[in-house]
Amino acid sequence: MAWLRWLWRQLTSMRTALILLFLLALASIPGSLFPQRGTSPLKVSQYLRDHPTSGPILDRIHLFDVFASPWFAAIYLLLFISLTGCVLPRAFVHLKELRGLPPEAPRNLSRLPVHVQWETATDVSQTISSTQTQWKSKGWRVRVGEDWVSAEKGYSRESGNLLFHLALLVLLLAVGLGSGLGFRGTVIVREGSGFANNVTQYDTFTAGRLYSEAKMPPFSFALKDFRATYQRGGQQNGAARSFTADVDLKATPDSSPQARRVQVNEPLRTQGVTVYLVGHGYSPEFTIKDAKGNIVWQDAAVFLPQDGNFTSIGVVKVPDTVPQLGIQGFFLPTVTTDFSRGPKSTFPAAEDPAVYLSAWSGDLGLDSGLPQSVYRLDTTKMKRIGIEELKPGKSWTLPQGAGTLEFTGYKEWASFSITKDPGKGWALGSAISAIVGLSLSLLIPRRRVWLRMSALSGGGSLCEVAGLSKTEAPGLPAEIAKLALLVKNHAPEVSHVD
Amino acid sequence: MSINETLAQGSNFMVYGSITAFTGAMAAFSISLAKGRRLESLEASASRNTAASHQLRMGSTVTLDKPAVSTSLSDEGDRGEGRRAGNIGMSLTWLGMILLGAGMVLRGLSAHRLPWGNMYEFSLAAGFAVSLAYCFLSLTRDLRWLGLFITIPVLLDLGLAITVLYTESAPLVPALNSYWLAIHVTAAIVCMGAFTVGAAMSALYLVAQHVEDRVAAGLEPGKLGGLASRVPSADRLDLMAYRIHAFMFPIWTFAVIAGAIWAEAAWGRYWGWDPKETWAFITWVIYAAYLHARATVGWRGRKAAFVALAGYGAIMFNYFIVNMYVNGLHSYSGLN
Ligand code: HEM
Repeated sequence: MAWLRWLWRQLTSMRTALILLFLLALASIPGSLFPQRGTSPLKVSQYLRDHPTSGPILDRIHLFDVFASPWFAAIYLLLFISLTGCVLPRAFVHLKELRGLPPEAPRNLSRLPVHVQWETATDVSQTISSTQTQWKSKGWRVRVGEDWVSAEKGYSRESGNLLFHLALLVLLLAVGLGSGLGFRGTVIVREGSGFANNVTQYDTFTAGRLYSEAKMPPFSFALKDFRATYQRGGQQNGAARSFTADVDLKATPDSSPQARRVQVNEPLRTQGVTVYLVGHGYSPEFTIKDAKGNIVWQDAAVFLPQDGNFTSIGVVKVPDTVPQLGIQGFFLPTVTTDFSRGPKSTFPAAEDPAVYLSAWSGDLGLDSGLPQSVYRLDTTKMKRIGIEELKPGKSWTLPQGAGTLEFTGYKEWASFSITKDPGKGWALGSAISAIVGLSLSLLIPRRRVWLRMSALSGGGSLCEVAGLSKTEAPGLPAEIAKLALLVKNHAPEVSHVD
Repeated sequence: MSINETLAQGSNFMVYGSITAFTGAMAAFSISLAKGRRLESLEASASRNTAASHQLRMGSTVTLDKPAVSTSLSDEGDRGEGRRAGNIGMSLTWLGMILLGAGMVLRGLSAHRLPWGNMYEFSLAAGFAVSLAYCFLSLTRDLRWLGLFITIPVLLDLGLAITVLYTESAPLVPALNSYWLAIHVTAAIVCMGAFTVGAAMSALYLVAQHVEDRVAAGLEPGKLGGLASRVPSADRLDLMAYRIHAFMFPIWTFAVIAGAIWAEAAWGRYWGWDPKETWAFITWVIYAAYLHARATVGWRGRKAAFVALAGYGAIMFNYFIVNMYVNGLHSYSGLN
C-alpha cells in the first residue's frame, strides 16, 4: 500500500508530468524525420525497399507510425493520468482558498522586501478601519486584526494556472476521443458524377475504434464543375492559383439539391461532416467498339497525375471482348512534340490535350480472384498490339481487327477528403481557455500587503506597510507605495511624537 | 492578377538599402561596445550575486522613494566615442527597419497580397520583426549594448534571404490563400522576432554569469571579461530574458493554435503531426520547460538559460531544416 501511494505521488508530481511532456516531444521527433504510414505510405514502402536490413528493424519499433505506436500512446496516457492527479487536488485547494481570507500579518514587517514606516499620532482602530475600506475598494481581499491589516491580490494567477492545466487535460481528452469517434475517407469524383456517403463508396476509409457505421450521415453530392487556374509565364509558370469545385449537395436523401462551392481553405460542412477539396486531375473519355461496331466501353477513365504539369497515367479494361482488351496510356493536357524523354506535358491546363496509348490483347487476369488496381494493367498474359497518339475527336482503328477506339474528349475529376471529428469543438474551446489561463498565470503576480501599527513608548504609534510577492512582480514597490500613501492620508506622519 | 514589376524592383532596392543600413549599424555597435563602459563593476555584480541568496532569506528593507532594483542602466559614466557610436548604430537600426518595412510593403503591393507567401518573404518579415522588437523595447530603456547581437542575426537572415531564398514576386499558391495566413503567420513572425531578442539576452546572460562567477571566486575575468564588462549584470540579463519569454509564450501558443485552426480548414484535421507541426509542438514544450525551470530552485539561472536557447534552436531547426529538407504539407518555401 505504502509503495503504491509513493508511486502515485511520484507520478502526479509536476516534475514527472514535465518529464513526460518532454518525452512526448522527444518521441515525436522520429515522426518528423522518418516517412509516416498515415500520411505517406508510398514513401514508407520506398524506404523499406531502399533499406532492406535497417528498415524492418525500424518498422518493428514503430518508427513509421510513431503517432499510433504503443509507446507513444503509453506516454500520452501516463501524462494524462499525471496531469489529472496533479491538477484536480490543486483545484480543490484553490477553490477553498478563494472563499477564505488572507493569513494574519507577520510580526516583523521590516524583514520584507518592500517596507516603509513612519510615526503617527492618529488613533489605531480608526486607521485600521479606514485602511480596510480603502484597500478593499482597490480590489484587495482584506482581513483585519486589532492593530493590523492583511491584504492579498492576484488570485487569478492561480485560477489562470489551473484553468490552463485543466484545459490541457480537456485538450488531451478531445484529441483522443475525437479521433476515436470520427472517421476519415477519400474519394475521387468525376465531373458529372456523384458521391453518396456510404463506406463502400470511398476509395480509402479509416474509422476510429469507437466509430459506429450506423451513424454515417446520409448526405450525397454531385460534382457539376471543377476549375483550376494557373500562373502563366515567369519563374513560377504553371503554379496553381485557384481550385474550385461546384457541387449539388443533398443533405439528406429526401432534401432538394443545393448548389454549394468547395475550395481549398473553404471546405463544405454538412451534418457534422466536413468535405475538403484535396486534389484534382483529368479523365479522358473513350468510346471503344468491337469489330462488329458494338460499343463495348464508353466512359471517362480516371488518370492519375505524375508531375506538376499533370502528365497523367491510367488504364481502360474491356473484359467483354474476346480476347480481352486493355488500354494503357498517358493523358497530356498540353502536349509537347519532343518525345525523346517519353510523353510529357508542358503545362497543367488542358490547352492542347492528347493521349498516348498502347493497346494490349489477351487475358486481363480479372478472374484470378485477386483484387486488382483499377490504375494498373496486369500484362503478364497479354501482348501489345499497337501504340498511337490521339487528339480529341480522333479515332484509332485497333490493329488485328480488335475494333476502334475514339478519344471523344476529357473531363476533370476532383478528389475529396471527408472527415468527421466530434472532438474538434472541444479541442478549440480548451485551446482558447488554455491561452486565457496561461496569460493570467504568467502576467498577474500574486502579492500580499500588510499594515501593522505598534504603540511607541513615548505615545503615538509606528505605522509599517510592507509587502511581498513570491513571483516576478515588477510593479510591486510602486503599488505598495500607493497603498501606503492611502494610509498616510489618514494617519499623517508626525516627526516627533511627544 | 498580374505582378507590378516596378514595385517588385523597388522592393528589392529597399531591401538592399536596409542591408546597407544594418551593416553600418553593426559596425557602429561594435565600436560602441569596444569603447563603452559599464555602470556597475564586475566585482560589484559578482558580490551582489553571491549575496543574493542570503538577501532573499533575510529580506531587505528599502524606502519608497528608491525602488528596490534600478530599472534602467543610466549612462552617465559612458561619455564620448562609445556613446556616439551607439547612437549612430541605433539610428541606423531604425533606418534599416524602416527600409525593410518599405521593401515588404512594396513587395505586397506588387503582388496584391500580404508579403509573406514564401521563405524569402518570411525571412524579410522575420528580420523586420527582430529589428522591430529591438527598436520597440529600446524606446523605454537603453539597449545599445544589445545592438550588435541583434544586427548580426538580422544581417545573416537578410543575407540568406537575398542569396539562397530569393523568389520572384508572384501570387500565392491556393493553399496559402486564406485570412489565416494573416493571423497565424503574423503571430509566428512576431514570436520569431521576439524570441531572437530573448535568445540573445539568454546567451549574454550565460557570458555574464560565467565571468561574474570567476570574479566572485577570485579569478581573472578571462577571455569573455571584455564582453561581460560592457553588458548589464547577469541577474538583470536573466530577468529581461525571462520577461520577454514569459510575455511571448502565450502569443506563441496562440500562433500554434491559429495554425491548427487553419490546418482544420485547409487539410481536414487540426493536428496531423506534420513535421512543421511536430517541431512547433517541440518548441512549445521546450519554452514551457524554460518557464517551469526558471520557477524551480536548482534550475533557475544557467540551466534555464540553456533550455531557452534550446527552444530557439528548435525554432531555427523548424525554419531552416524542416522547410528546406523535410517534406511536409507546409509548402511555402517557394524553392524547388
Ligand atoms: C506544456 C505544459 C505546461 C505549461 C506551459 C505549464 C505552465 C505552467 C506555468 C506558467 C506555471 C506557473 C509557474 C509560476 O507560478 O511561475 C505552472 C505551474 C505549475 N504547473 Fe505547469 N505547465 C505545464 C505542464 C504541467 C504539467 C503537465 C503539470 C502537472 C502534471 C503541471 C503542473 C504545474 C504545477 C503543479 C504548477 C505550480 C508550480 C508552482 O507554483 O511552483 N504543469 N505551469
